Amino acid sequence: MGYIEPHAHMVSRTTDDYKAMAMAGCEIICEPAFWAGFDRSSPQGFYDYFRQLTEYEPARSAKFGIDHYCWLCINPKEAEDPGFAREVMAMIPDFLTAPTVLGIGEIGLNKNTKNELAIFEEHVALAQKYDLPILIHTPHLEDKLKGTKLIIDSLKNAGVDRGRVIIDHVEEHTAGLVLDEGFWAGMTLYPESKCTPARAIDMLETFGMENVWMNSACDWGISDPLAVPKCLQEMKRRQHNKATIEKVSYANPMAFLGQSKNFRPVES
Amino acid sequence: MPDRNDILDLYFMDARSKLIDIAAFLDRVDRHEGDTDFRHAAFLDAMEALKNPKGKSRAQAVLESLSDHTVEPIEAAGTKGAAGAYEG
Repeated sequence: MGYIEPHAHMVSRTTDDYKAMAMAGCEIICEPAFWAGFDRSSPQGFYDYFRQLTEYEPARSAKFGIDHYCWLCINPKEAEDPGFAREVMAMIPDFLTAPTVLGIGEIGLNKNTKNELAIFEEHVALAQKYDLPILIHTPHLEDKLKGTKLIIDSLKNAGVDRGRVIIDHVEEHTAGLVLDEGFWAGMTLYPESKCTPARAIDMLETFGMENVWMNSACDWGISDPLAVPKCLQEMKRRQHNKATIEKVSYANPMAFLGQSKNFRPVES
Repeated sequence: MPDRNDILDLYFMDARSKLIDIAAFLDRVDRHEGDTDFRHAAFLDAMEALKNPKGKSRAQAVLESLSDHTVEPIEAAGTKGAAGAYEG
């Protein structure tokens, strides 16, 4: 069975990871722009990064028969300096003509500061101006609940089309907040933080199979590029049928991503 | 769908192992010298939330126990990371 990896930071992964994902049935990878684990020394560093996302990674991925798409933004961890952030954001429109750019993401909050929130709101306005879907990062650990509430309030004030916004990294205390307001929810499968396959399936069983996807968000930290297929195996152990597994791992991401004009669906 | 005993068959040994790890972790903290910071108290509070989730799921109650419940954005970030529990 094929699957879609809707959130992976392949710039941080090895070619062996691409190979393993292809062998596991991955057909499409979507890569949001994110923090590199260190702060870039200049906005120009993001120009190179955006070229990597729009040119190099699609070519690397194609060698393994996997379609690669990306989302562009300045991540919330580097948005605390608004002057720096706005210089980076000014570059984004030039890259929106690239054929594999899906939308704006992963924007959001990290420590729930005023500057992060201001830059988040400017990203949302940018997405609205160019009629693009939005992928949102929610803060880590103790900051997630507050950050998710601030993000939802901001999105409601902006009047976004909620069906074109996915709020990622939900856990048991935020999934209901997101889904009840009509947004899509992403569940991230991490070995130590966010959620395990067993908990992700608990959330599916609790909150339903609609408007949700699962991802590995694999990056330079402790993470697993095969987390999604491993969770699908866990769904089988939990006696979920093939149609349900296919919906969560393929049909749902296809439905959300299909709202981007640059997303070209493939046959499973 | 699986029944309760199916779920026990799938996850009991894993959960048992994690439960003993938590017990041993708390013993380890107790056995060593020095003061503990806010995380220790927050962890113990979260265990109370686990025992008394007050109508919420236990996972939600534990996560909320460890969360920042303030509502206004803060002036500036002191750090990029998160500690896992709210210091207050």
